[in-house]
Amino acid sequence: MEGVTKRFGATVAVADLTLTVGDGEFLVLLGPTGAGKTTTLRVVAGLERPDAGRVLLAGRDVTREPPAARDTTFVFQQYSLYPHLTVYDNLAFPLRSPARRESEGHIRARVLEIARLLHIEDKLANRATQLSGGQMQRVAIGRALVRRPSIYLMDEPLSSLDAKLRAELRIELKRIQRELGATILYVTHDQTEAMTMATHIGVLDQGRLAQIGSPRAIYADPVSTYVATRLGSPAINLVPRELCPDVEAPAGATTIGVRTEHVRIRKSANGSAVGRVKWIEHLGDQNHLHVTIADTDVVTLCDRDAGLAVGDAVDIELTAPLFFTANGERVRAG
Amino acid sequence: MAEIRVEHLHKAFGDFTAVRDSTFSVRNGDFFCLLGPSGCGKTTTLRMIAGLELPTSGRILLGGEDVTFKRASQRDIAFVFQLFALYPHMNVRTNIAYPLRSQGMLRHDVRTRVEEAARILRIQHLLDRSVSGLSSGDRQRVALGRAIVREPMAFLLDEPLGALDTEFRDVMCGELRALHDRLKATTVYVTHDQLEAMAMADTIALMNHGVVEQLGTPQDIYDRPASLFVADFIGSPPMSFLPFRGGVAPGDRTVRVDGVDIALPEVREGSADTELVLGVRPEHIELSGDAPFRAEVVDAEYMGTTQIVTLNTATGASMKARIQAHIHVRPGERTGLKFRPGHLSLFDGVSGRALRTALHDGDAHG
Repeated sequence: MEGVTKRFGATVAVADLTLTVGDGEFLVLLGPTGAGKTTTLRVVAGLERPDAGRVLLAGRDVTREPPAARDTTFVFQQYSLYPHLTVYDNLAFPLRSPARRESEGHIRARVLEIARLLHIEDKLANRATQLSGGQMQRVAIGRALVRRPSIYLMDEPLSSLDAKLRAELRIELKRIQRELGATILYVTHDQTEAMTMATHIGVLDQGRLAQIGSPRAIYADPVSTYVATRLGSPAINLVPRELCPDVEAPAGATTIGVRTEHVRIRKSANGSAVGRVKWIEHLGDQNHLHVTIADTDVVTLCDRDAGLAVGDAVDIELTAPLFFTANGERVRAG
Repeated sequence: MAEIRVEHLHKAFGDFTAVRDSTFSVRNGDFFCLLGPSGCGKTTTLRMIAGLELPTSGRILLGGEDVTFKRASQRDIAFVFQLFALYPHMNVRTNIAYPLRSQGMLRHDVRTRVEEAARILRIQHLLDRSVSGLSSGDRQRVALGRAIVREPMAFLLDEPLGALDTEFRDVMCGELRALHDRLKATTVYVTHDQLEAMAMADTIALMNHGVVEQLGTPQDIYDRPASLFVADFIGSPPMSFLPFRGGVAPGDRTVRVDGVDIALPEVREGSADTELVLGVRPEHIELSGDAPFRAEVVDAEYMGTTQIVTLNTATGASMKARIQAHIHVRPGERTGLKFRPGHLSLFDGVSGRALRTALHDGDAHG
């Protein structure tokens, strides 16, 4: 995509967006509702016409082409299967379009291959309505996969599933993408999906691309507080610079960002405490320690046996602080 | 404020038993979560406590008083539903005031109470706004306002955050718990989301097929699951299971799984030769190249602070380990696994029940 802009009336949904999805990449566009994720996807699919800019697929300008002429497939949030057809016929449907003229033998081989990949080969004779939600969504994804388009477009395909199924399908989708070497453009507001599946994450902010990079790069090296707060659970702590006078900060820094794993908390020995334990959240595998410094809360992970209790005075050490300006932009030390 | 006691509560709809002989107490001031998958009977239990459903048998006591056959309106409780039912033609203030107005409270007192509720929920600035223009979070705050303004003996909440997206749900979880800490009101909260329950509850009752499978603090249920169902329902990712054939005797400190001796908390309750299951939480697994218990890496999911590694054992059991994000693992790689012995659980694979070990020492009702 080159310089794509899309307006709906006075609202700018996508603003001068330039984005490349490399062959074999799994690019996840991440952002809250209204960030322009779905519009971007629909522009690539040809379901929306951009007001400015170009869309190129495998080097070919397709900006003016209708959806059917583009070599893409689209998976929607809600699985739309043909209820009167079997799983097999649902999967075979895209291959049976008259324009494609594929032999039944070839279709059969392809459907079986995809069914095996998705672990639904024993469900092929079932009607779509006899499936569970997870199986239905797998068939919907399978229907996209039977074709070999140059790019798969996916709009929050896992969001209607329960947590367990979502965790399972995350791994499967990633495995399938790897095995097929498929190119995928995927949009979601779920940071876990982005972090765990993407080869690259594009963080969108009000129709603009705030940052693009590998999950690890974006997590460790965000360009702004906006990007920093999109990834990480518990979320990155943002504290006013003056609360940590001991930390050496570059000029212009007004906010310090520090991830939970970079906060060291020790019970205060000599009364020089800077914080107080407000609340300890037991989440089973990890404890979240909420510490108040002046009026600001800092959340950190703590060991089950750290021996800290609510009300304790604590010293706080920041091991890898990030610095941001008043308008949220990153400033680097040195 | 009040204690809620449920005794031998039973509810059948025709042939279907929704709630089976449930007995539990909600202590005064407790944040109590009824947790379980859909159809487990949690909402039916809540509706009986509220008086919206009559039990087939059993009793409900509210602050010591038997309210089993009292109407909902005669019970001093407030109910908040999943879908915030607000009156769209009224503004925020009139919506919150509604329960008090309908009781015939004096206008001046209503005003004071509404403003107090709005202050607690930090929505003072919204009082004169129309509810139709509010965000989903603010609408849910208004719905909560309408519940707290009555100052009831207890709050009953039925999946109040179910309609919100994940990011916002986390924020509201924190707010609800903080609200509870300010009001200290007895709260019964129904959810199917174990993370919500773990984050907010003082006590969790985990239900399955109409029965309370386990009752305890979040940490207790997490550390000492009473059954395979509980171990699998709680935790994200849940506990991993290694099935094996064998028998155990009190005093045993190891079990033999796939030909490898694995140390576990000392067995207190023996079992004849049968199908047993060793349960391991993801954070109690360590990848260790030369350890004798072998597995193959299927996938590694980067989470920022940590990563979740999916593994297949030699006999095909699937396991999940949570390890530091900076450790490098590749799909297809073979590795050894070490388990932290003090935290492992042992189950009877047939009944699904946990066998007692040193893990349960000092636990009165394990």
